[in-house]
Amino acid sequence: MKLSRMTALLAMTVAMPAMATELEVTHWWTSGGEAAAVAELAKAFDASGDKWIDGAIAGGGGTARPIMISRITGGDPMGATQFNHGQQALELVEAGLMLDLTDVAEANNWKEIVYPPSLLDACTVDGKIYCAPVNIHSPEWLWLNNKIYEDLGIPVPTNWNEFVATAPKVREAGKIPLALGNQPWQSNLAFGAMQIAVAGLDAWKAVNVDKNMDVAAGPEYAAVFQAAADARELARGSNVQDWNQATAMVINGDAAGQIMGDWAQGEFQVAEKVAGKDYTCLPGLGLNQYISTGGDAFYFPKLDDPEKEAAQKRLAALLVSPEVQVAFNLKKGSLPIRGDIDMAAANDCMKKGLEILAGGNIVPSGDMVWSPDVQKLNEDLMVEFWKSDMSPEDAHAKWVENLKSGL
Amino acid sequence: MSASSEADAIRTASAARPRPRWTRNISAKIAAIPMIATALVVFVGGTIWTVVYSFTDSKLLPRLRWVGLDQYERLWSQNRWLVSIENLMFYGVMSLVFTIAMGFLLAVLMDQKIRFEDTFRTIMLYPFALSFIVTGLVWQWILNPQFGIEGVVRDLGWTSFSFDPLNNPQTVLYGLLIAGLWQGTGFVMCLMLAGLRGIDEDIWKAARVDGIPTWKTYLVVVIPMMRPVFITTLVIVASGIIRLYDLVVAMTSGGPGGNASQVPAMYVYDYMFQAQNLGQGFAASTMMLLSVLIVLIPWAYLEFGGKKHG
Repeated sequence: MKLSRMTALLAMTVAMPAMATELEVTHWWTSGGEAAAVAELAKAFDASGDKWIDGAIAGGGGTARPIMISRITGGDPMGATQFNHGQQALELVEAGLMLDLTDVAEANNWKEIVYPPSLLDACTVDGKIYCAPVNIHSPEWLWLNNKIYEDLGIPVPTNWNEFVATAPKVREAGKIPLALGNQPWQSNLAFGAMQIAVAGLDAWKAVNVDKNMDVAAGPEYAAVFQAAADARELARGSNVQDWNQATAMVINGDAAGQIMGDWAQGEFQVAEKVAGKDYTCLPGLGLNQYISTGGDAFYFPKLDDPEKEAAQKRLAALLVSPEVQVAFNLKKGSLPIRGDIDMAAANDCMKKGLEILAGGNIVPSGDMVWSPDVQKLNEDLMVEFWKSDMSPEDAHAKWVENLKSGL
Repeated sequence: MSASSEADAIRTASAARPRPRWTRNISAKIAAIPMIATALVVFVGGTIWTVVYSFTDSKLLPRLRWVGLDQYERLWSQNRWLVSIENLMFYGVMSLVFTIAMGFLLAVLMDQKIRFEDTFRTIMLYPFALSFIVTGLVWQWILNPQFGIEGVVRDLGWTSFSFDPLNNPQTVLYGLLIAGLWQGTGFVMCLMLAGLRGIDEDIWKAARVDGIPTWKTYLVVVIPMMRPVFITTLVIVASGIIRLYDLVVAMTSGGPGGNASQVPAMYVYDYMFQAQNLGQGFAASTMMLLSVLIVLIPWAYLEFGGKKHG
C-alpha cells in the first residue's frame, strides 16, 4: 500500500517512461545495516518503474571515492553516486561534469523542506543545486558500556569530564578506558569531537567557519590539545584497526567508551543491546550538545542520454521524498534531512539526535568547511599525535599550519 | 600495401647500392614500432607530464597554474613523508641483502645434485605465484597475536610467549620483512640457480684439480662469474622495493603509531586520490622517480659507459 501510494505520487510529479530506465548507482555502504538501508532505496526506485543497478564499492569512502572520481573524469560516468556533502565533489561540479538539479529542487520545494538548510547550501554551487542530500550523520558522540561502571560501583559518566575522572578506576579494573582504532580518520574524528566539547562553540566557529587563525593558535585550542593528550593516555592498549572493532571492544566490555559517530549504534543494535540500559550515548560528549550535520548525498554525473537524465531527476526527487527518508534512515540509524516526517520508531539515541536537531544546535561538518586536502593533512597529524608521544604544543603548531594551507 | 611487401620493395630498389643502416632488418624494426610508441607515449610522455604538473597547484583535476617549488617544499616539511623515506630505506636495504644472500645460499644447496630437486624448487617458488595482497593477508593472520603464532604457542602451554611484531612501531618493519622475504626469496633462488647452471663444468674440474675448497670456489670464482645474474636480480628486486605498496596496505595500512610502516607509494596514492591534491601526489612521485634515477644512473654508467661491449 505504501509503495502504491509512492508510485502514484511519482506519476503525478513526473511523466512515467514507457520502459524502465536502468541507472547504475555507486556507493560505499557495505556493512549489514548499511546494505539494508540501500536496499530500501533500490526497492523504492524499482517500484517507481525504473531499475536500480547496485554498484557497491567495498572498503569505505577512502577506497571508493577515487574509483568514483576516476570513472567520472575518465568518461565512464555512473547514473548516480554517493559523496559526503561538502567539498568532495566540488571540483567535479566546477568542471561541469555534474547534472544541475535546480529544477527538481524547485519542483519539489527542497528549499522549504530540507532541514537544516546548511545541507542544501552544501549542495549549492553558484546558486545551482547539484546534489540530493539523503541523511545526516554526526561524529560527536561518546558511547559507554554501562555494565563496566555498574561493576565498579560508580555511576555512568554523564559527560566527558566525568569520563576522564573515572578512567583511572577503569584502568585499575584491567579495562581500556577509551577504545580507538588505528585508522587515521578515527583519530581525527575523536579530535574533532573534542574541539566543540572543550573549546566551545564560539571558538569552534571562529576557526572553522570564519577561518580565524589567531583563535586557532590561541589558548582555547591549546586546551583542546592538552585534553587530547590526556585522552590518548586513556586509549593506550587498543590495538585494533577498524572502527567497528573498537566499538566491539565497548560492546564486549573490554573497553569502557569510544568516541564515534552515530553510525556506531548500528553495531549496538546488531548485538541486541538496549540504549539507556546496556549502553549510554552522549552527543557532543555530554558537554556542549552540538552536533555537526555531515552526511551523505547523491550526485548525478552528466549523461548524454536524455532518457537517463530524466531517470536521474526522478531518482533525485525520490530520495528526498518522505516515505523513502523514513524507510532509509530507520535502517541506517541516521537522521532524516527533513523535519516534517514521523520518526516515532527511532530508538533513544536517535531521538536525542532528533531533539538536538530540532533545537537547532547544529554546526557544519568538517567536509563542508575544509577541503579534502586539509582533512587528509589533519588525519595524518592526528593519527601520529594520538598514537605516539608527540607533544601537544608541536601538534598544535603543525595543526595551525595545516589549516593555513587550506585558506 | 602490406608491411612485408613494402619491405620487399625497399629491398629490391636498394639491391644495387649499399643499403642505408636503418633499412637493415626492416621487419624487425616495424615489429618493434608498437612497443617503441608505447614506451615513448606512455612511459616517457607520462613521466614528463607528471613532472610538469608537479609544479602546479592541481587539486582534483589537473590544471596549469604554476606555483614553482611549493609542492616540494610542502612535501619535505611533512613528517609522514620523511618517515616514509626512512622506512623504505630500512626495508630496502634489509630486503636486498637478505633476499640475495638467502636466495644464493638456497640455490647453492639446490645445486648439490640433491634428490627431488624439482619438488623443492617448486615449493620454494610457490610463494612468488601469490600477489603481495594475498601474501600480506596471510601473514597478517599468522602474525596476529590472538590467532597466529603467539596464540598457538600460548595454547601449547608457554603462556608468557610473546610474538606480536605488527602492533609495535619498533618491530613492524621486521614483520613486513618476514612476509616480503617469504614471497621473494624463491624467485631469487631460481634466478641464481639458473646462473649456477650456466657455469661451465670445466671451471669446477679445474678448481678441483688445483685443490681449491668448494666454498672458496663459490666465493672467488663462481660469484664474480655470475655478475650479470646478480645485476639482473638487483634491478628486479630493487624496483619491487621502491614500488612497495600492496604488502603494507594488506598488513598494516601504514600503522601502528600512525606512520610506523608508511611508504612513499602510499603517500602518493593518499594525496592524489583521497586528499584530491594531484600536485602534491605528483611531487611525491617525482621524488620517487628521482631516487630511482640516483640509483640507476651510476650503475648504468659503470655498466655501459666505461667500455664498448662487443
